[in-house]
Amino acid sequence: MLTIVHLTLVEARRRRIVVAAFLVGCAFLLVFGVGMFFIARTLERQQVPLPLRQGNVALLTTAACYAANFLVASFAILLPVDALSGAIDSGVIQTIAAKPIGRSSIVLGKWMGHWIVVAIYLLAIIGGVFVVSRAVSGYTPEDLVRILLLMLLEVTLLLSVSVAGGTRLSTVTNGVMACGFYGVAFMGGWIEQIGALTGIQSARNIGIAVSLVSPADALWRLGSYYMQPTLVRDAIQGSPFATASVPNALMVWWAGGMTLLVIAIGVRAFSRRPL
Amino acid sequence: MSNADRSQREPAIATHGLRKQFGPTIAVADLSLSVHPGEIFGFLGPNGAGKSTTVKMLLGLVEPTGGTAIVLGAPIGNRAARGRVGFLPEHFRFHDCLTGRELLRFHGRLYGLRGTDLDVRIDALLARVDLFDAADRRLRGYSKGMLQRVGLAQALLNDPAVVFLDEPTSGLDPLGRLLVRDIMAELRERGTTVFLNSHLLGEVEATCDRVAFVKQGRVVHELSLAQASPCMELLLRVSPIDGGLLDGLSRFGSAISRTADGVRLRIASESIVPDLTRWLVSHGVCVFGIEGRHKSLEEWFLEVMGEDQRPG
Repeated sequence: MLTIVHLTLVEARRRRIVVAAFLVGCAFLLVFGVGMFFIARTLERQQVPLPLRQGNVALLTTAACYAANFLVASFAILLPVDALSGAIDSGVIQTIAAKPIGRSSIVLGKWMGHWIVVAIYLLAIIGGVFVVSRAVSGYTPEDLVRILLLMLLEVTLLLSVSVAGGTRLSTVTNGVMACGFYGVAFMGGWIEQIGALTGIQSARNIGIAVSLVSPADALWRLGSYYMQPTLVRDAIQGSPFATASVPNALMVWWAGGMTLLVIAIGVRAFSRRPL
Repeated sequence: MSNADRSQREPAIATHGLRKQFGPTIAVADLSLSVHPGEIFGFLGPNGAGKSTTVKMLLGLVEPTGGTAIVLGAPIGNRAARGRVGFLPEHFRFHDCLTGRELLRFHGRLYGLRGTDLDVRIDALLARVDLFDAADRRLRGYSKGMLQRVGLAQALLNDPAVVFLDEPTSGLDPLGRLLVRDIMAELRERGTTVFLNSHLLGEVEATCDRVAFVKQGRVVHELSLAQASPCMELLLRVSPIDGGLLDGLSRFGSAISRTADGVRLRIASESIVPDLTRWLVSHGVCVFGIEGRHKSLEEWFLEVMGEDQRPG
């Protein structure tokens, strides 16, 4: 399995998608840093009271994380989308699967290799947001590790769906399916938020039900909740960054279990398919 | 009986009633064959006859719908047996972001090879397939022939007991084909069993000990090329050609036909030629020339496949 992991890392290092993603990430951090610098400096010059100043800075940091989360989630879906389906279509997989290794090693090796790249990207982008925020404005969310772990679980789930889908679906179909999986979660999250804000319980229930099918967005919202000081939580109600309905902590276990299940399904599907 | 004796007697590859069905399509119908250890075995058939599917089943890439098969004494898919098998697929595609050396190192590691042993093996194989100079270039810069040769090196990394070569010379120039032919001869000398899938009948004729013709997923004929058939075809450039001559020639052979050059007939053995010549002279026939040749593999192929066979 380690040989497959190593190959995946070498491939990732040489693929343009990774270079492009990191360049986009750098540009993103640059824009965020410049924006944060001017906002923080102006607020300081205008002698805005400290709590309000920190609230604005926290809001901008949350907004940056919201965008960065979308960036990393897209990367987690697209990076491995052709990892197996592309290798199957091109026939590359034949010489590998004919070797004395289990097919599960191929799936798990690909999964692990891509997970390492995505985890590094997540740390680089989300960590970059926090580092820039800290350096420019002195603001750092309190529950940093928990936030990063929740986002890591979110992208791990999306990555697993993309890898597992590639064991049976063509690259394009897999991409559509994995993006749809994330899109459904995204929509469900909004329905739940609006349901909570307006007090419409049925909408909230629909959102929760969708989160059970696709818990990716719920993990982001939980992370986002921990990211925001109480002052900010009250100030941003109704905005895309609000967490009017905070997902239950059990959702984390549910998402973890679903990730393992998706990987297991992928391994089983790949083990049985003709190559 | 010792293990060594048993391994010499047991076929390297054996299938019995092997079958593969994809939905309503039958790719391999009922395939039974046996490949002896150390022989170069040609697997011939038109496109769509089930050759590649058979190879994939033998390698554990495709699960059979029915029947049984054994490779190196183990059921197909057995991991230990796969460690002693090499494979060059028909549509060879590799990770083109890797260099030739990196590709071989990767595949060597999949065989469980490591360290100096692997590096030495890689260098030797790169030199053997004439790619030593290009070893550190990325595969995306390789020509089709170079890719095929690095693919061949990949198939030989583990010094296999059985190697499956699916169209190994299709992308090669004449020099490349000669190189592959030499490598196959070396494999035969080392006792490696080669299962060769090829459309290039001239290549098969030059390298194989035995061939099987497969049609619609069944072996319809097997032929030993090492023990060439004594049957040959004669072209008699004689005069005059009349009914009496044609009747008389039927004593010596079959498939007699009159052509623009003379008369063609098939004889069972070369030893008949002196008697035939004497008979012609004694009957006052002027003999301008007698040309004999053995039946080519292509002729065998066309005959075995029959007139109902259309291009695949």
